[in-house]
Amino acid sequence: MPVTHFIVHDKQDTVGVIVVEDGVKKGQALTGWVMEGDGTVGIKAAADIPLGHKIALGNLKKGDTVLKYGHDIGRMVAPAKAGEHVHVHNLKTKRW
Amino acid sequence: MAKAIKQSASRDLSRLTFEGYRRKNKRVGIRNHVIVLPLDDLSNAAAEGVANNIKGVLALPHAYGRLQFGEDLELHFRTLIGTGANPNVAACVVIGIEPGWTKRVVDGIAKTGKPVAGFAIEGKGDIQTIADASRAAKQFLHDASELRRETCALSELWVSTKCGESDTTSGLASCPTVGNLIDKFDPYGVTSCFGETTELTGAETVCATRGASKAVGEKFMATWRAYNAVVERHKTNDLSESQPTKGNIAGGLTTIEEKAFGNFQKIGHRTKYVDVLRPAEAPTKGAGLYFMDSSSAAAECVTLQAAAGFVVHLFPTGQGNVIGHPIEPVIKLTANPKTARTMPEHIDLDVSGILRREMTLDQAGDALIDITIRTCNGRLTAAEALGHREFVMTKLYQSA
Repeated sequence: MPVTHFIVHDKQDTVGVIVVEDGVKKGQALTGWVMEGDGTVGIKAAADIPLGHKIALGNLKKGDTVLKYGHDIGRMVAPAKAGEHVHVHNLKTKRW
Repeated sequence: MAKAIKQSASRDLSRLTFEGYRRKNKRVGIRNHVIVLPLDDLSNAAAEGVANNIKGVLALPHAYGRLQFGEDLELHFRTLIGTGANPNVAACVVIGIEPGWTKRVVDGIAKTGKPVAGFAIEGKGDIQTIADASRAAKQFLHDASELRRETCALSELWVSTKCGESDTTSGLASCPTVGNLIDKFDPYGVTSCFGETTELTGAETVCATRGASKAVGEKFMATWRAYNAVVERHKTNDLSESQPTKGNIAGGLTTIEEKAFGNFQKIGHRTKYVDVLRPAEAPTKGAGLYFMDSSSAAAECVTLQAAAGFVVHLFPTGQGNVIGHPIEPVIKLTANPKTARTMPEHIDLDVSGILRREMTLDQAGDALIDITIRTCNGRLTAAEALGHREFVMTKLYQSA
């Protein structure tokens, strides 16, 4: 089985999680496992992203709701293009 | 939600047993501790003096117990009495600064039928108190050491869970592994518990749907709203670096909602909770899953669950929380390959194979059942071997 670089929980999720210990490098071609339905997706990394951190699966605009586990996990406060890093610099809680 | 990892999560466990200590009140423990329980902060030195004299006796020092009042005081007593009453405790020595509240704790523990004795320091001083209490502790230790394990049914097991220093691997793999075990154990009459009220924020309405009845779901929502009001009242910002923690953020978790949906994986996909407990409150509705109102801080939550009578704890970690508890063994599992490699002495079960697709969630759940039963039979956890004995009382507000 080829290396799984990232995992997507639900089909409708707009982010995936990098699961390789050394992270991924900008420009690297990545293979993702979509747990729901046991599917495979590919994307090119548009940034260096460490283990456990999220990758945008499509172009996310400022104000967009981000979906993970098929649920709302917050809103984009800055845009991220497909393959870019999604974290505290561009994603914020809608609570508190 | 999470349709993908909907695996069979059913297994014939009807013949699965473990070797435990059956106490007078019929509850079953998996450890046989003789503990010295200080009523208050002032009594820690005497309690530790007894544990120093009598080898194999465990002191549980803590920071509180003076001038508390109202519900906060009730919680203090509930936690101390519940800890002494936990079936992992064979016998208990209680030491307090004065005899009145000391006796209240002794009487509460004595209701279980287990040996308990109380000692007060005022009028005698530490040295005489330590001498008197040491003699009692020594006899308790002799008696406890003659108790034998016996074969117990799975339905006699009480299991608690919470996660800590979570990262995205927790929500993807280690928390769902616990959920897989909960779904497999629940049909066999295991009593189980999850908590972390604040850490369900973002997933609270989904969590409410997992109540066994509408009324239980509404009880959960009322509990969540009350805790959220405390956060709203005291917050100075959006809780950045508190919830999620700095460790969570380093591990890739960004928002409380993301953390909450990962956390929530620990109760599996089928199991419904039968009641909502106050902090340290013992379940009264029979077998099944319970939600306990609690902080999401690891040692506070585990201390409350142990005080409610849970005997073994399942703790998924991402970045490597090292917590243990003095009387409730804490089994640690991680799906983070880096944590498994860099902190192996803290990890009882490595499920990082799920992320590499080398292991299914169902296999991981079975591996967790295996290590849980072995722990119940006497295998020491990593936290026990390393001497982690975090005993942390939850305090609701200022003392008088």
